[in-house]
Amino acid sequence: MTTDVLGASVKRVEDPRFITGKGRYLDDIKLAGMTYMSILRSPYAHANIRSIDTSAAKAMPGVVLVLTGADVPYNPLPMAWPAGGSSGVVNNINMPRVLATDSVKWTGEGVAAVIAETAAQAVDALEAIVVEWEPLPVVVDAEKATEAGAPQLHENAPNNVVFNWTVGDKAGTDAAVDSAEVVVRQRIVNQRLIPNPMEVRGDIGLYNPGTEEYTVWMSSQTPHIQRLLLTAFVTGIPEHKVRCIAPDVGGAFGTKIFCYADMALVMLASRLTGGRPVKWVETRRENYQSTTHGRDHITYLEIAGTRDGEITGLRVKTYANLGGRLSTIGPGVPTTLYARVLSGCYKIPNVYCEVTGVYTNTTFVDAYRGAGRPEATYVIERAMDLFADEIGMDPAEIRRRNFIAPDKFPYDNPSGLGTAVNGEKIYIDSGNYEPAMDMALKTVGYGSLDKAKTDARSRGKYLGLGLSTYIEVCGVAPSKWIGAVGEGWGAAMWESANLKIHLTGKVVLTMGTQPQGQGHETTFSQIIASELGLPMEDIIVQHSDTQGTPFGYGSYGSRTATVGGEAAVKAAGKIREKARHYAAHMLEASVDDIEVEGNEYRVKGSPEKKKTLQEIAFALDLGFSLPEGMEPYLDETVYHDTTNCTWPFGTHIAVVEIDEETGKVDLVRYVAVDDVGKKINPMIVDGQLHGGIAQGVGQALWEGAVYGDDGQLLSGSMLDYAVPRASWFPNFELGETVTPSPVNPLGVKGVGEAGAIASTAAVANAVMDALSPFGIRHIDMPFTAPKVWRAMHDKEARS
Amino acid sequence: MIPAAFDYARPASLDEALTLLARGAGSAKVLAGGQSLLPLMRLRLASPAKLIDIGRIAELRAIRDLGGGATGIGALATYRDVLDSKLATHNHPILAGAIPGIGDVQVRNRGTLGGAIAHADPASDMPAILLALDASIVIRSGSGERVVGIDGFFQGAFATDLAEDEILTEIRLPATPAGAGMAYCSIEQPASGYSMVGVAAVVGRSDGSISSARVAITGVADVAYRATAVEKALIGSDAGSAAIDAAAAHATDGQEVSSDFNANAEYRAAMAVVHTSRAIEAAFAAAG
Repeated sequence: MTTDVLGASVKRVEDPRFITGKGRYLDDIKLAGMTYMSILRSPYAHANIRSIDTSAAKAMPGVVLVLTGADVPYNPLPMAWPAGGSSGVVNNINMPRVLATDSVKWTGEGVAAVIAETAAQAVDALEAIVVEWEPLPVVVDAEKATEAGAPQLHENAPNNVVFNWTVGDKAGTDAAVDSAEVVVRQRIVNQRLIPNPMEVRGDIGLYNPGTEEYTVWMSSQTPHIQRLLLTAFVTGIPEHKVRCIAPDVGGAFGTKIFCYADMALVMLASRLTGGRPVKWVETRRENYQSTTHGRDHITYLEIAGTRDGEITGLRVKTYANLGGRLSTIGPGVPTTLYARVLSGCYKIPNVYCEVTGVYTNTTFVDAYRGAGRPEATYVIERAMDLFADEIGMDPAEIRRRNFIAPDKFPYDNPSGLGTAVNGEKIYIDSGNYEPAMDMALKTVGYGSLDKAKTDARSRGKYLGLGLSTYIEVCGVAPSKWIGAVGEGWGAAMWESANLKIHLTGKVVLTMGTQPQGQGHETTFSQIIASELGLPMEDIIVQHSDTQGTPFGYGSYGSRTATVGGEAAVKAAGKIREKARHYAAHMLEASVDDIEVEGNEYRVKGSPEKKKTLQEIAFALDLGFSLPEGMEPYLDETVYHDTTNCTWPFGTHIAVVEIDEETGKVDLVRYVAVDDVGKKINPMIVDGQLHGGIAQGVGQALWEGAVYGDDGQLLSGSMLDYAVPRASWFPNFELGETVTPSPVNPLGVKGVGEAGAIASTAAVANAVMDALSPFGIRHIDMPFTAPKVWRAMHDKEARS
Repeated sequence: MIPAAFDYARPASLDEALTLLARGAGSAKVLAGGQSLLPLMRLRLASPAKLIDIGRIAELRAIRDLGGGATGIGALATYRDVLDSKLATHNHPILAGAIPGIGDVQVRNRGTLGGAIAHADPASDMPAILLALDASIVIRSGSGERVVGIDGFFQGAFATDLAEDEILTEIRLPATPAGAGMAYCSIEQPASGYSMVGVAAVVGRSDGSISSARVAITGVADVAYRATAVEKALIGSDAGSAAIDAAAAHATDGQEVSSDFNANAEYRAAMAVVHTSRAIEAAFAAAG
């Protein structure tokens, strides 16, 4: 019996192929007659295109086709999530074209494409394209871009403003802040990040001139959505004529959610070459310039409260840099996914936030692991520490004083999630924040901090400890809320599963979700094995192909287990129910008398009268003998819409040491107590936390996309953009509390982003604690050695 | 990330390589381990018309005992070869300390010491280490062999004393002065792993005062350099912390300190001082 497989740390069934080089990624696909595409990208951050001469390139060896914007008959890329959804907020939308026609708005925007017999020939021919440019003034900073006299990017966006969006009670918050005993104000920057999946993006387009159908392979988190966007919005090709396939995907972190110009380009190029396959794989440098970036907020925060530590108000103004044109859901990230959870796990009665989305001459910004919630957590967790410092209260104590109490759920969040829009509200449905914090404090030995600091000083180090008590929102839902507010994809957010038990008893689960390394093939197998009492090795999980999987919204936002997992459970339930009915037929018993244990369907009171699921499948799939009204085959499809988001939470604690001579920050301990509900596979949950923590720490200590004033990306390669190395981290000390989610019977909440949401603020608070002897209250990330050294010396010079 | 087209030759012997190089007349580049040149070519920052791959010329890979504590390191000896050489690491322990911090495992397995110093990246570690060790460089061309001191070898960023028709064949390290210790201390730019500042020190003591000192610094200026003002201040002083710190304060004397968005000149200059102190202290500790 295999029912205990759910909740076990089963080794990942995908890993043998991934770690022995047998994964099949986009670039591994080789098709007969393949051609290769390379894209000419703008060397200027802002320029008009006066002319493009491709004649020399067309004459280069091996060149099959050269395309410019004038050759592309398609629409610009679609905007799926305007700020405010359907609430009427004005969004000044400018989307990228498949190839730029009149002007470019960032260094790296595509202006021409060469399709050639070899990849090298395509790159060589790019150098022969002559573009006459008219360079224009450049602005890269979101706040400066809104100021008078700043270079203007788009005629329809005065002062480069994409939108002005607000949430919360302005009058109430103004009153609370302006009358408070204590108000702390701080400008904080959440710097721009480059997501860096291990596998870069790429696509292959294949047009069949006989059927006029297209197949598009893409390294994507969302093949079904891409088919919808590419057909209904970009190309006008009928949806049923396009098949999208995502092969093994080597990491994504959000960047592969979106609709990109290259996807449409390979479709067009394949058609124009008479149906030759066209492959495009971006270089790492292209990935840095023209695949989405993350974060990039400038925020003015004001946190108000009483001298004894009760927080009464939070007023926030944020400038969100969205790049030169918008990415697919760019405006949704710094609005709903950010400000609606700004008050975190605290019962702050008055919260108001204004967000200005801004165009600048930079790469477009969209969802990156956590998407808005890391930015929100950074604001509120820094704010709590700043306030505690101001009133001289212990950072743990101020959090304890302001946590939403466990008996207050479902909690109507004043920063906006619960704000009724068109009659639909959602609530934080569960939480119990103190036990997680207490466990983390105990693990780290919170009381013995002073001695640790003294010991560190004797070694030339400043030690600091930082807390981050976070909440997370997973699996944005339900569809009726999304429909009412017009947010999200502008489409529903249910998920799908199809489950078949074949004649031989082998099981195929096909999902609408789309893994990028998370181990879905393992976790879904565990669910089905547990539900049906079958060995995992008899189950295969398929996904990623619009032909053969039910429509699904894909994997992002930590939604796969919470929404897709439930679809799989329901599909297994339908299979079980049909099998019970058929068992009754086979055993000549009443359905009500059939009981199920594992894979055995038995007659109550006569346990020797039984059929296994495999026996039932064999007979039912053949269908020689069917009861009245029953269709043959064990094959069930479920479309599952969940009733709410899920709400993981926890406490992360970072301990850092700063070298007094160099300013170098070392992370020396990291404690994380997370409540992600029940776990399907604890090892995979730990792995998700490890990766998320590392990414969040990376932002705090090392990572940052840096543009020069001319709009050139200075951190344009891994030589200048510091992707964290495993050896820079201590062992993570993980703990857990378990508060099952009430919205799904699995009790799961999602864990893909939690680490990245929590850890940045924990490290930042630790660094500020370490620097407190210098009187330093706040500096901005990343806390590189030169920056920390400068801050220490500035303070020394003044004192 | 595809290089421009180039011709490729793989000579079997040094003489054949020199003939090809002479014929290449300025358009050919010598390829050794490829850990610096190939990335530049993939980014099309370098597009040589011809590569002369000397990587399999076995005669250039030997590590030789020159007697009396001196060592000859063939130009094609990889970082890994040097780390694995008991002779080299015993004679010059700074190599065992510094090389594990260079690149990653793959770079150390393929990258060569000769290639690194012929490339002369201003942030490379080896130039400072060889300057402190007082190395000699053996250079061959069709017209013969010459041996030059390391002091004049590095002439600027990516510029050395090597002429276009010459190949670096061996690095000769002299015996360590009696009673001397050596150490390398650096702080890395976290993205690239290259040193923002790296300091190599070889210092000796006799009768309670410092009798010899060679201190060299990389990453700070557009070329690795001997910190002669530091050396001068050290020699004859006691080896106490105050004397070391006073000497280290001269780490960037006469240098135009580099600045980029990762680390500005002020920080680099300060770190040059800090790491000069640390390297000297560590060198004394190593001397025992």
